[in-house]
Amino acid sequence: MAGTALPGRLTWQLAELVEVVVETPHAKTIVFDVPGWPGHQAGQHVDVRLTAEDGYQAERSYSIASAPDHTRVALTVQRLEDGEVSPYLTDELHPGDTIELRGPIGGYFVWEPSDGGPLMLVAGGSGIVPLMAMIRTRAAAGDDTETCLLYSARRQDDLIYRDELEHLSGNGLTVVYTLTDSHPPGWTSYARRVDREMLAEVAPGPAEQPRFFSCGPTPFVEAVAETLVQLGHEAGSIKTERFGPTGG
Amino acid sequence: MDELMLDGNAVAGLLQEVFAVEMTTAIGTCASCGTAGPVGAVHVYRGAGIVLRCPHCDNVLAKIVKSDSRVWIDSRGLRTLEIRGLV
Repeated sequence: MAGTALPGRLTWQLAELVEVVVETPHAKTIVFDVPGWPGHQAGQHVDVRLTAEDGYQAERSYSIASAPDHTRVALTVQRLEDGEVSPYLTDELHPGDTIELRGPIGGYFVWEPSDGGPLMLVAGGSGIVPLMAMIRTRAAAGDDTETCLLYSARRQDDLIYRDELEHLSGNGLTVVYTLTDSHPPGWTSYARRVDREMLAEVAPGPAEQPRFFSCGPTPFVEAVAETLVQLGHEAGSIKTERFGPTGG
Repeated sequence: MDELMLDGNAVAGLLQEVFAVEMTTAIGTCASCGTAGPVGAVHVYRGAGIVLRCPHCDNVLAKIVKSDSRVWIDSRGLRTLEIRGLV
């Protein structure tokens, strides 16, 4: 029977778009109502499937941005100009429309408050999305695990969730930004690519045994993971999720 | 480093479709170097099929080709696959 998934068995389900939030000039959050949604863990993703009239299908994975919340699932989608799926999701889809999705998917790149910390999150561009789910899950649980987010974007305009991150800061959460391409006058945070010196300044030291999660484009994640190992952190404590150069 | 490289998270849906359990937390042991690690951390390359490589020695662990309702899995580069969390 469609929609009544056995544990572990993935089935495609219809999801209705209920809300669209414009996050940045290139990213929107699309919120779906998914009847029978079993809940999810922060860091998990869904697969989205679009079917054209001629039967052609395109599938993509999108990280879940929201903390578990009944049947609501929020995805934040970066619009890629030459993408096959993301322009449809961000521009063509309206409240009331339905798409097919399946999930929640994944169990490696996940964090729950009971896993503890200190938690060090390193985001490159839209790699913030699954890490935001962790921050939101932490906040929703009233958890005070020591958490630091280092968030790299090209420009200030590209920073997603900035107001919410400001609101959630404190109570053990520190948010540090770095802008790689340009920064506005008066910008006081970092203005360069994530490097060894920055990670040494921002991340807890190896003695504190932090749990690392890094998500972003492949070269970004590779550089972060390599540098953390050079700084003396255990490779096994660094979980990564890489975006391809295309995808969307 | 290949910018096209992804990781095991990218094929989590496909693997769960085939094995019917969450697979990124399964532990694979490389038949070449003997390193054991979670499927979520293996290197993944997508082309006509999907190639899973050992993040330690780059050995091809598995190749997966999907076509409509069929899937082929060549897993000769995996010595063992330990699936966790069964109930």
